Amino acid sequence: MLILLLGIVFLHIAALVLLFVSTIVSVWTTGEMGTSDLWRNCTVDSIGHICNGASTGEWIQVVQALMILSIIFSCLSLFLFFCQLFTLQKGGRFFITGAFQILAGLFVMSGAIIYTVMSPGWVPEKDTFGYSYILAWVAFPLALISGLIYVILRKRE
Amino acid sequence: MLRVLALAAVVLLGIAPEPSQAISIYTGWERHALVGSDIRLSCSFFSWRFVSDDVSFTWIYRPDGSRETVSIAHYAGGEAYTDNKGRFKDRVEFVGNPKRRDGSILIKNLDFSDNGTFTCDAKNPPDIVGRPSSVRLLVFENLPIQAGVITGAIIGVVLGLLVLIVVIYYLMRFLVARRVFSLSVSKHGKKKKEGSQQRQASFLLLLLILLLPLHCLPPQPPSSPSSPRLPHMHPARNNKCNRLPRCHHQTSFFFLER
Repeated sequence: MLILLLGIVFLHIAALVLLFVSTIVSVWTTGEMGTSDLWRNCTVDSIGHICNGASTGEWIQVVQALMILSIIFSCLSLFLFFCQLFTLQKGGRFFITGAFQILAGLFVMSGAIIYTVMSPGWVPEKDTFGYSYILAWVAFPLALISGLIYVILRKRE
Repeated sequence: MLRVLALAAVVLLGIAPEPSQAISIYTGWERHALVGSDIRLSCSFFSWRFVSDDVSFTWIYRPDGSRETVSIAHYAGGEAYTDNKGRFKDRVEFVGNPKRRDGSILIKNLDFSDNGTFTCDAKNPPDIVGRPSSVRLLVFENLPIQAGVITGAIIGVVLGLLVLIVVIYYLMRFLVARRVFSLSVSKHGKKKKEGSQQRQASFLLLLLILLLPLHCLPPQPPSSPSSPRLPHMHPARNNKCNRLPRCHHQTSFFFLER
């Protein structure tokens, strides 16, 4: 059963790491002109590498907030899991841990959806989505599955 | 003794290493402005020498997306010269005070074509080694919301809601316990003690709120077995929350239901 514990923690940490990478590295779209991210747009001019702050639209700030919130909730969920592991009674369920993790997954999903819907507005047509965008979408089912596992888990001993 | 110290200070200043003689120029990083408005671009410098009479400021403009630069303002020898031929003709005014190391310019009646990078280069002879500093001008039709306002607001609201829910939850549990306690007391007819009970209760409530971050999960408040059960998020526990992990736990912590 130690394997089960390790597996669950590993899944949780994997989702957390994906969230971190997706938010920080943030190569959300790439094109031949450069990369355009959550936090700044970098273009490669004839002069060199120029990075400007991201377009200060409202929706990109919403996406930023949602990604940061999902990271916070996932970290809180990990912390609460270790708390509940040692204080929960026999037969108890990890409800709060699962709830926080599911919330984190929902936040990532909304962030990715909003970015997808609004992206024609702020990136040119020929740019394609970068790997951070894909990582955000991969983190969402991982977080959701991890949260569901916590909810149906029961503590023994 | 004082004379020795003064001499040492003069010697040290005299043989100051080269980098401390470089001039440092400061402008903003980015400026936002509305179409048709005026904007003041500030430029100041720091130099180890006093402001000389030959101090000079030069402003150079590079439009967005272009590699060519053009000078638009120059101050030297006590006289200010501004653009009288190019796109900033009659729109640029030198408003700085060179004696106070300020070489700012005022640009009037902005247009979208004024988007670009303005570079300020200041020289304070003999202190002339320095790197020019650039400020980027962005002209908007309507000023956008500053970066980070909405982000911060959303994060703050959600975390605030979370804290509020936790506090209300603890409050409800505490109130339920208190109601049970006062019920059993009034059964014995001791109504006089309600006042001190309330004082005690409010003190305990404050303590509970202050100690909230230190709890992993709350221990069950002291209540009689017949107390009403709260929602089953926290099933009844007898053990208090202790922060020392029990290292001798066996490997089986849980099993999947069904």
